[in-house]
Amino acid sequence: MDVVQLKRQLIAFTELLFGEGFLDEQFNQLQQLQDENNPNFVAEVATLFFEDSERILNELANNLDKQSVDFKKVDAHVHQLKGSSSSIGAQRVQRVCIIFRNFCNERNVEGCLKCLQQLKHEYALVKSKLEALFSLEQQILAAGGSPSI
Amino acid sequence: MARNGAFPRRRASEGADWLDLCQANVEEAHVLAVDDSLVDRKVIERLLKISSFKVTAVDSGLRALQFLGLDGKKSPIDFHSLKVDLIITDYCMPGMTGYELLKRIKGSSALREIPVVVMSSENVVARIDRCLEEGAEDFIVKPVKLSDVRRLKDYMVRGCQPNSGGKNHQKRKQLHGSATSSSSPLPSVSSSRSRSPLVDTPAAPCSPSSLESPTRRLRMTSCE
Repeated sequence: MDVVQLKRQLIAFTELLFGEGFLDEQFNQLQQLQDENNPNFVAEVATLFFEDSERILNELANNLDKQSVDFKKVDAHVHQLKGSSSSIGAQRVQRVCIIFRNFCNERNVEGCLKCLQQLKHEYALVKSKLEALFSLEQQILAAGGSPSI
Repeated sequence: MARNGAFPRRRASEGADWLDLCQANVEEAHVLAVDDSLVDRKVIERLLKISSFKVTAVDSGLRALQFLGLDGKKSPIDFHSLKVDLIITDYCMPGMTGYELLKRIKGSSALREIPVVVMSSENVVARIDRCLEEGAEDFIVKPVKLSDVRRLKDYMVRGCQPNSGGKNHQKRKQLHGSATSSSSPLPSVSSSRSRSPLVDTPAAPCSPSSLESPTRRLRMTSCE
């Protein structure tokens, strides 16, 4: 595929991600921070986000598995994930976090467990979408083009 | 406390210093960023660098104090060479909160002139007021944007007086306009700060244990 086609794909894919709410304006902000001197900035932030999220999802699973759930701890973890997803523009993940915190507030274990499942799902989705996005960008670079839209 | 009209971090006596500052490039300004989140630290660091600031990013209030020489281990001479021109800190951090850090800085004769800006993901009147009263220059709602960071230069270039706590009516009015309290029915006009209808948090600054009553609205307000 040539550069022009790849770029069209990238634009279409990006629009889709925004349209479906996977990403929001903050992602655009991050892209603005990327330049020739920092060509991998967004991917680097995403990598940190993935690592952080996976750690938190594990902690959440552990904490919710207990006889007596420490909602304070659970809430603190969800808050962290809410923050980092907001900073990268992972809107759907952030929204689940908000609902999750409501359940923490109500000390509703079942609600929390449901949210955890939803979080895992949304996280997996946004991770795969972002990886696809970065892969497209790499293909454009390899084909001699510049991914910046 | 008498104000000399010079830039915040300089002592009144030094005429030569004042001249340096007049000529000083904003580009040389050094910002200390404090945030426990790795993702946020990376983003704020980049935001600051791209806006031509020098950056030191630390992950806790304690480390910030160590860097500033407030932990008693550094001598005053060492401290002055660090030249921090502005501190930007997250509000909600484990251990020492940004609010507590703010208080420590404003409570220190060596450091109180350094402008401090607080960041938070929650846009709550009580929290904003608390920070401004304690001497913060500004309160930025996360996620932080380029336009937020560009504004930081205002706190250094204009030689504005550091917030003398409680007197920053203008700033408070401005921030209230976009923040929400329990009495306001709707989030205000789209500014970077209005994101969701939030109820005032009466609780202690940063405790996730201050779980709120179910009567609060949709979005989470209990501190982070």
